[in-house]
Amino acid sequence: MHYEWSFGFLLQYSKLIGVGTAYTIGFTILTAVAGFIVGCIVAIASLSNIRLISSPLVMLVEIFRCTPVLVQLVWIYYALPVLIGVELSPAVAAFISLSLYGGAFYSEIIRGGIVSIDPGQWDAGRALGMRRFDLMRRIVMPQALKRMIPPLVNQAVLQLKNTSLLSVLAVPDLLYQGQLITSATYRPLETYTMIAVIYFIILFPMTRVARVLEARLAH
Amino acid sequence: MSTSEANAPMSDAAMIELIHVKKSFGAVSVLKDISLRVPRGGVVALIGPSGSGKSTLLRCLNLLTLPESGVIRVGRSTMDFTNGHQLPRDKDLAAFRARTGMVFQNFNLFPHMSVIRNVMEGPVTVLKVRPDEARQTALALLDKVGLRDKADVAPDKLSGGQKQRVAIARALAMKPEVMLFDEATSALDPELVGEVLAVVRQLAAEGMTMVLVTHEMAFAREVADTVVFMRDGVVVEDGPARQVIDTPREAATRAFLSHFHSGRLPAAAANA
Repeated sequence: MHYEWSFGFLLQYSKLIGVGTAYTIGFTILTAVAGFIVGCIVAIASLSNIRLISSPLVMLVEIFRCTPVLVQLVWIYYALPVLIGVELSPAVAAFISLSLYGGAFYSEIIRGGIVSIDPGQWDAGRALGMRRFDLMRRIVMPQALKRMIPPLVNQAVLQLKNTSLLSVLAVPDLLYQGQLITSATYRPLETYTMIAVIYFIILFPMTRVARVLEARLAH
Repeated sequence: MSTSEANAPMSDAAMIELIHVKKSFGAVSVLKDISLRVPRGGVVALIGPSGSGKSTLLRCLNLLTLPESGVIRVGRSTMDFTNGHQLPRDKDLAAFRARTGMVFQNFNLFPHMSVIRNVMEGPVTVLKVRPDEARQTALALLDKVGLRDKADVAPDKLSGGQKQRVAIARALAMKPEVMLFDEATSALDPELVGEVLAVVRQLAAEGMTMVLVTHEMAFAREVADTVVFMRDGVVVEDGPARQVIDTPREAATRAFLSHFHSGRLPAAAANA
């Protein structure tokens, strides 16, 4: 088969592509931050010895970990409004589902980081008379965070990839813009190749950073 | 559970008082009704086979382990566990612990802080001492344990004996009323034990009230006023250090000590 590659036409869509890239990165940052906050809350609550708080949260985490994020996205956009009687915009539905989905994984990373700290460290902080918050802030978290960073970066990489699912709800992310351009130009090969390349350019450095951090922690 | 501060009876000189303290982990009763008094400036050595409850008893003294019942008093702070099962609040526990210093078998230095930061941590975070002031105190304490030149080194660059001396300085920085040592030399290479014991000996000479869980019988005999021999969660025998170690009254004490007199590690520890 002979195919005439021609990327030139994409230049006239640079604004669309720019908007798509901005949506993709913006949603990644927003949902990563929100997910991290959700994850912290869930992790600390599930580490508390209060079953009444920890059990439902553990259940919630399992629900989000054991169902596909695409199903969650569609469920929150189409099904949740029926339940709560409030219409959600695609962007809001996407934000909620990606944040909660990310949060479910972040919480496990954070919980794992915290429990990996030697109980002797807790003892030493308590013996000095530290209260719970100071113990977390001064002793446990600084040590745990170091161990959490590589898996958190990896999760952020997945988070960015998952934003491509936004296109299903017609949120104008990178992939959705690609679909628009394709339907206008009938040139899927160049368009989707470029979309893939943009994802790669953003993500490749992130995975390298994660690799370096992991190597540094191994010492 | 209740706490009281100023009105605790000071009619006697006891710095530490345990009254009918009981603790069990699940079905296992680890402390069976222990009562103990340590006078101000007294040095008590807790000895006994592993599993005897001596470390648990020590951890109860600063409430790292909470007893099920009994009263624990250190200085003017009293924790009463006799009636009710409500746990003390985080704030009260912290205040109580701030007045006792504890040294652990595995040092438990904070690996993400330099030596001097370790020593400053308690005063700065808990007592809200100004950092420059805390730094001066910390330097003086490092001087005392002979490690002033290691102030800016990371803990993992130190030998075990040095780590333990930093841990002692860290505990002393809180200006504690009592010091608790939980097998402070058990994780050390034999040639490093002496430097740590020298610091403990110096504290005893300065009149610090101390409770030591130890396997160093010769040291216990030399430094402690009182030796308490525990087995299976009860105090089998206690009395003046030399008397208990040289001429124990109870057969169980004799049997335990015989492992040390023979110069070997206690075989009893393995099956206790």
